[in-house]
Amino acid sequence: MSVITVENISKQYIIDHQKGKGVNTLRDVVSENFRQLFGNKKDKITTTHEEFWALRDVSFSVEQGDRVGIVGHNGAGKSTLLKILSKIIEPTSGSVRIRGRVASLLEVGTGFHPELTGRENIFLNGSLLGMSRSEIRRQFDEIVAFAGVEKFLDTPVKRYSSGMYVRLGFAISAHLDPEIMIVDEVLAVGDAEFQKKSLGKMRDNSASGRTVLFVSHNLTAVQALCNKAFYFEKGQLLEQGETNQVVATYLSKVSRTRLLREWDSPEKAPGNDLVRIRRIELIPEYQDELTHIDVRTPMKFRFEFWNMMDSANLNLSMHLNSLTGECIFNVGTKSQPYGPGTIAGECVIPGYFLNDGSYTISVMIVKDTVTPLFTMEESLTFDVEDYREGIAWYGKWPGYVRPQFPFQIGMLEEAVK
Amino acid sequence: MKTQEVVIQPGRSEKHYWRDLWRNRELLLILSMRDVSVRYKQTALGMAWGLIRPLTTMLIMVFVFSKVAKLKGDPGIPYPLMVLAGITIWTFFSTAFTQISNSVTLNSNLVTKVYFPRLLMPLSSVAVSFLDFLVSLGLFILLAIWYQFVPDWHLLLVPLFVILAVLASFAFGLFFAVINVKFRDIGQLIPFIVQIGFYACPIAYTSQLVADERWYPIYMLNPMVGIIDGFRWALLGGKTYFNPQSLLASIVLTGVCLLLSVYFFRKRENSFVDDI
Repeated sequence: MSVITVENISKQYIIDHQKGKGVNTLRDVVSENFRQLFGNKKDKITTTHEEFWALRDVSFSVEQGDRVGIVGHNGAGKSTLLKILSKIIEPTSGSVRIRGRVASLLEVGTGFHPELTGRENIFLNGSLLGMSRSEIRRQFDEIVAFAGVEKFLDTPVKRYSSGMYVRLGFAISAHLDPEIMIVDEVLAVGDAEFQKKSLGKMRDNSASGRTVLFVSHNLTAVQALCNKAFYFEKGQLLEQGETNQVVATYLSKVSRTRLLREWDSPEKAPGNDLVRIRRIELIPEYQDELTHIDVRTPMKFRFEFWNMMDSANLNLSMHLNSLTGECIFNVGTKSQPYGPGTIAGECVIPGYFLNDGSYTISVMIVKDTVTPLFTMEESLTFDVEDYREGIAWYGKWPGYVRPQFPFQIGMLEEAVK
Repeated sequence: MKTQEVVIQPGRSEKHYWRDLWRNRELLLILSMRDVSVRYKQTALGMAWGLIRPLTTMLIMVFVFSKVAKLKGDPGIPYPLMVLAGITIWTFFSTAFTQISNSVTLNSNLVTKVYFPRLLMPLSSVAVSFLDFLVSLGLFILLAIWYQFVPDWHLLLVPLFVILAVLASFAFGLFFAVINVKFRDIGQLIPFIVQIGFYACPIAYTSQLVADERWYPIYMLNPMVGIIDGFRWALLGGKTYFNPQSLLASIVLTGVCLLLSVYFFRKRENSFVDDI
């Protein structure tokens, strides 16, 4: 039985563009009208209306007990969809039918008032999420224990640490008992231990036949929780189906991955009269029949260039940068004398080295170890996806690199009973 | 559990809106309690502020109008008592009106994150002003005891005027609340309106002062005139000036405006989230 039926939902926003226009105040409107009344046509402010479709013709249905992960880039329309399903915003056209009690969790601690105590906020937030007072009272002790804020129940939440605040917010929503649960990116918060607890709670929920819609950028969490997935792009539902398959499509489509640059002849190739680049390539050795790079994947880097100089001491230098432009590392070859012709270099970036993230590769050809002859910035771009095994924590793994050094652990001395 | 089906469509005004509103009465209570308990948090004097404000206003009015301008109250009624009655009902109306006008924008964090009948926001915002009203009424009773004033059966009509004041605050507040979402100018305009209203309404004086003027019929069209005169009249045992015609004008105007602004609010509430 389908519990959610969405038919041709669209949401349109009209964006007004006007130079130097910020806040909408009556004065702006009045003064603009005056200008148009008395001013000549040249004075007229040019206002352009741009139509923006946050969602366009989206249709799908969700069966009871499905746990649907919704993936897509920022601005793909995921949150708009959730807000329409939660009755917060009205669609421009189309219709939605929902059977059953819905709880939407678009934010942790919705409506928390900083001046109110933890106790008061539990009631405030709980009833905003649709719990009755008797329900909250019944679950009160459990919520408090789950959040671990027993000692601070009568302290205003403005004095809470951000961790406590988030824990309390999540604890309340974890004790909701709806038939359909709509969740937006709440797992992105909280410390490791708490995330583990929350995920466990979400799994328990779904085990009891509850329907869950879950938006997250964290693909590992989506894969762990959801049996189905929707992939949105530019307001449209591009693909739906079994989670792993949809996630794979998403990864292959959205990554700005550019693993190969090649030029047929030196005339068109980037470079100068001394050297020209012929080919730059990154060759991943995919694991488990995957078609995307994750933290396990070793990659071979290959570089070819034309040398037009009669004789020069040359070496290659490769910079691996994060998306924000920080250099993660720089490796170079030995400097050797070469005559005219094609020269190739190769190196391997091992698996279990880079952390998940987006990276760019820049290359440099250097003469006599000191004079850069030609530099090509951001010649290749690739994404490293997250991969974890036997770890129930889904937060962002910290650090630039994620090496797996041998790390021994063992019992030093057993306690005497 | 009974399965309910919800249909979401553009422009579909919720069929069960009023029932939804009733179902959310607990939320209404909790939102009201939130506003009340936040009101005097981290103040040393706390609720005493509810007393200090009407008291000082009254003392100033008494000084300015009675001592300086030599304005006379209605015969048989101590001037301070007359002024305090007017201040009490006017302050109730004006704070309720102000709170209602700001209710949607002040709760913007809720509007964008959770669904509930949006009328709950203006409805819950009245609680605070009602509490202040009760404090101010308590002050009035103390003053009445001081002047050894004994009320009579007219007192029974007081709730009627209080209810009318609430309805009037909604009739005008809801309208401003909607416009405030898009044009924050309203936030600037409201204190101004309240200030003008203070002198335009019969607070420091009764309408008797202007009853002979040519423009009195127009003056009566201000719905607060009938409400303030009537409230004072009921509270002070029918001894102050009160023209039943002005009450009629209040009821008709408040009723019409209330219907219009509820309609306007309902019409616009679905787009609050896009404009806020």
